[in-house]
Amino acid sequence: MKAFTYERAKTPAAAAAAVAANKGAKFIAGGTNLLDLMKLEIETPTHLVDVQDLGLDRIEATKEGGLRIGTLVSNTALAADSRVRKDYGVLTRAIVAGASGQLRNKATTGGNLLQRTRCPYFYDTNQACNKRKPGSGCAAIGGFSRPLGVIGTSDACIATHPSDMAIALRVLDAAVETVDASGKTRSVPIGEFHRLPGDTPHLENVLQPGELITAVTLPKPLGGRHFYHKVRDRASYAFALVSVAAVLNEDGSGRVAFGGVAPKPWRVEAADAQLRNGAAATAKTAFAEARPTHENAFKVTLAERTLAALIAENQA
Amino acid sequence: MKFDTPAGTNPIDAMKVIGQAVDRVDGKLKTTGQAPYAYEHGEVPAKPAYGYVIGAGIAKGRIASFHAEEARRMPGVLAIVSAENAQPLGKGNMNTAKLLGGPNVDHYHQALAVVVAESFEQARSAANAVRITYDRAQGRFDLAKAKPGAQPLTGNDADTHTGDFAGAFAAAPVQLDQTYTTPDQNHAMMEPFATIAWWEGDALSVWTSNQMIAWNKRELATTLQMPPEKVHVRSPFIGGGFGGKLFLRADAVMAALGAKACGRPVKIAMPRPLMLNNATHRPATIQRIRLGATKDGKLTAIGHESWSGDLPGGGPESATQQTKLLYAGANRLTALRLAELDLPEANAMRAPGEAPGLMALEIAIDEMAEKLAMDPVKFRVLNDTQVDPENPKRPFSQRNFVRCLEDGAARFGWNRRNAKPAQVREGRWLIGMGVAAAFRNNLNMTSAARVRLAGDGTVTVETDMTDIGTGSYTIIAQTAAEMMGLPVEKVRVKLGDSSFPVSAGSGGQWGANSATSGVYAACAKLRDMAAQRLGMDPAAVQFVDGEVRAGNRSAALAEAAKSGELVAEETMQWGDLGKKFQQSTFGAHFVEAAVDSYTGETRVRRMLAVCAAGRILNPKTARSQVIGAMTMGVGGALMEELAVDKRFGFFVNHDLAGYEVPVHADIPHQEVVFLDEADDKVSPMKAKGVGELGLCGVGAAVANAVYNATGVRVRDYPITLDKYLAKLPAIA
Ligand SMILES: Cc1cc2nc3c(=O)[nH]c(=O)nc-3n(C[C@H](O)[C@H](O)[C@H](O)COP(=O)(O)OP(=O)(O)OC[C@H]3O[C@@H](n4cnc5c(N)ncnc54)[C@H](O)[C@@H]3O)c2cc1C
Ligand code: SF4
Repeated sequence: MKAFTYERAKTPAAAAAAVAANKGAKFIAGGTNLLDLMKLEIETPTHLVDVQDLGLDRIEATKEGGLRIGTLVSNTALAADSRVRKDYGVLTRAIVAGASGQLRNKATTGGNLLQRTRCPYFYDTNQACNKRKPGSGCAAIGGFSRPLGVIGTSDACIATHPSDMAIALRVLDAAVETVDASGKTRSVPIGEFHRLPGDTPHLENVLQPGELITAVTLPKPLGGRHFYHKVRDRASYAFALVSVAAVLNEDGSGRVAFGGVAPKPWRVEAADAQLRNGAAATAKTAFAEARPTHENAFKVTLAERTLAALIAENQA
Repeated sequence: MKFDTPAGTNPIDAMKVIGQAVDRVDGKLKTTGQAPYAYEHGEVPAKPAYGYVIGAGIAKGRIASFHAEEARRMPGVLAIVSAENAQPLGKGNMNTAKLLGGPNVDHYHQALAVVVAESFEQARSAANAVRITYDRAQGRFDLAKAKPGAQPLTGNDADTHTGDFAGAFAAAPVQLDQTYTTPDQNHAMMEPFATIAWWEGDALSVWTSNQMIAWNKRELATTLQMPPEKVHVRSPFIGGGFGGKLFLRADAVMAALGAKACGRPVKIAMPRPLMLNNATHRPATIQRIRLGATKDGKLTAIGHESWSGDLPGGGPESATQQTKLLYAGANRLTALRLAELDLPEANAMRAPGEAPGLMALEIAIDEMAEKLAMDPVKFRVLNDTQVDPENPKRPFSQRNFVRCLEDGAARFGWNRRNAKPAQVREGRWLIGMGVAAAFRNNLNMTSAARVRLAGDGTVTVETDMTDIGTGSYTIIAQTAAEMMGLPVEKVRVKLGDSSFPVSAGSGGQWGANSATSGVYAACAKLRDMAAQRLGMDPAAVQFVDGEVRAGNRSAALAEAAKSGELVAEETMQWGDLGKKFQQSTFGAHFVEAAVDSYTGETRVRRMLAVCAAGRILNPKTARSQVIGAMTMGVGGALMEELAVDKRFGFFVNHDLAGYEVPVHADIPHQEVVFLDEADDKVSPMKAKGVGELGLCGVGAAVANAVYNATGVRVRDYPITLDKYLAKLPAIA
């Protein structure tokens, strides 16, 4: 870990300004991802701006009939909120499928969206990694790629986005609200928030330097039955091999997003339209452009079979 | 004392304390955080500085340049020690790779330097500022590729031939010829390697975390090229080792070098991401098993060959060991082949040899039973042997394998198993049952102890034995209590100090039986001394309820030490009963597993182990050993694998996020049954070990259950869903 300075910002705009003004600065929320990365010197900020005093820790109703989740709402509080459990069950299920109770107590909504990949080569600073060190190459391609992505990847990076929460947010069509140093706010649909790697895998989302996430908004409830199924090599406390978030209606229509497979929550609207035709048709559309490695080709099959399980459960 | 004839009746047989489910005597210290582990000791002459170890960034080659100038100038930095400026070092007999590399690099994350600073953060930060460049050399990292060049071994690892294997196999009406693979595995013990080291003149002291105090002392002396008398090793509490801490490791050497360089105590805990490549691991194996049987299920030919790899000068994973002894059969072959690989050092991990060997053999037995259309329990029972099959004149000292199988089958409801796979469904789940043999030899090691009787009637035991979480403190206290006729509370046990008599140490499941036998021997001597002090006939005395009794005379035990502490030291040595009799431990593992027919996720639902391991010294600590081992076995079956990068030569998933071991949610109710045994040919304690037995066979029992559930046979561990998903029964 490199030595760094630390401040606690008082307002969202001040926080944004503090980070924008200093090239080496970063926000810190729960710290559950950032501090680990700093210890390994994968992230080396010289200044941290703590956002915990910004008062962004409430879940409020929006006038559109949805919810506005402050960025500092902990994963635990979000999953436990009675409105979320009632109307956005997929979100609760996704969150509690991730990490551990202790981590979820500390992890925040904004931090969760911005957590970095779990590609093992990203974590080993002896290895080439375009995401960690742009232009250095990608040690994972041709190496141990079993946990990595099958779609949306590039020749520069095949890592996945590890968040469970984000998969549910994608299926719910949430939006990310931000403020920048000048106080300007904007709302970015979750589907446009994360970027595909292309040849710049170190750029993972559309935030500008210093732009602060203030909240995530959920549109009004979708109805339907909510499912989140996370498949991993052990029963708990592991990142997904594949996860499937789905909201399914009685007639079999609905929406689906996949985790563990891509650099961002993977949802293809044209695949949603296939849901009534079954898992095979849906997965065929969703994964039409899959480019798996020989080690992780099973993920495509697994995604289809996991979706089939949810469809069967919806019908039962 | 030498144990060379079967034990007659002795004071242990009273079993007032021995055999009782005594709570851990150190339990309260541990659960209240008062048991100091290596990194936490306050008993150090000065405030320790912190060391941070730098591991090699390549698997094989040479250091081209080493730039520490910037790091040296960083705040708090006290010293940077590397091969360039370290004293000349030797290499311990038990280390294959050097513990401090440079200029040559022998494996990934081999320690190349230690940075010592005032704080941990300063040391870590400076370590990251040391710039090392390398000239890479070509390495060999792929066992399958290296297999054709693998070499045979000599001594204990030499090939064995009994009868005419080739002829009998060729002629066998029913044959099985399959290849199984097991991956590289890591011990993944909770406590990392850790040491605090300091020098007083030319004498070195360490608080460390090590299973074998005397080995550690000797190897530290060899490595640092100093007299062993000048080395003091202490390791009273150890947060798990599983064989990873049998040997001297880099934490101790680098702490000693760092302490010398900065003239202060230095403490080092190995960061987890460095440990998996820096230290040892259980090597991967490729195993070919050929079985021949008659139509009515008698094994006529048993052939087991295993290939593994290690650094030059290393050893094999003796995966064929148990095949020599487990089943009857006149024609036999075992062979080990060792390939040179430039991966990190392969070495012992819990039940070395047996664990991966049985993972393969016990699937093969299941497969053969299926070919014969026989129940796998019955097939095993039919092929039981009461003698060493390679040397039929040599009986087992005690062998209740068949009872383990039959008792277990009855308790588990084995008769409810459908022999035809993929038939039992509960909703989405496919349900199956599996069985496997557990089998591990008993080993005895020379073990000494010192016992002191104080004037207040308490007894103190001192031995360099270690407690790696197994319960050594407790069973040693029970042994001394039983011998001296005292309650456990009157016994104090001091362990893990090289100034104490040399014990068996903790390894190879020899610790419990050997170390308590050493304490038995010392107590026998103390009994004689006490009787003499009290003017009683040592041959006629009894030690009961804090008293010494002979005929109608009795005296408080404390009386014997009124005029001064009594101190007895004795060593237990072993005669040739281990040669005359094959001494082994047995068990049977039963597993019920459910496999999600859609996703392929496996959940182990029930587990039972029935063990025959001689006298159980403490059913509570013994059960903990076995359930821990069963948990490890589930990990080995379903998830544990060090992923080898065959291009760059290292284990990629080198932390506990990447190297998955079971979590609570993976482990169902576990039942453990110990058969009521006492084996008079193994020791005066009549006990054997259970710590490794519990692991042997578990993986195969899980594998066989998954097969019974799904109908898909996976011969490549771990049995992760990607290996059978596409072959599962069709989904709706
Ligand atoms: C052992 C372990 C297991 C885990 N398992 C899972 C799992 O199974 N599934 C899963 O989904 N996650 C898992 N996680 C990840 C966990 O969910 C994330 O670490 C957590 O959500 C991050 O939130 P945080 O508030 O701690 O973020 P921080 O670590 O504080 O920050 C993360 C990043 O977000 C930035 N940031 C934070 N807040 C803002 C803001 N308001 N605006 C702009 N930028 C911001 C920071 O600068 C930093 O770059 C696991 C983590 C660990 C350590
Ligand atoms: S896949 Fe991406 S994160 Fe992983 S090594 Fe390659 S560039 Fe880095």
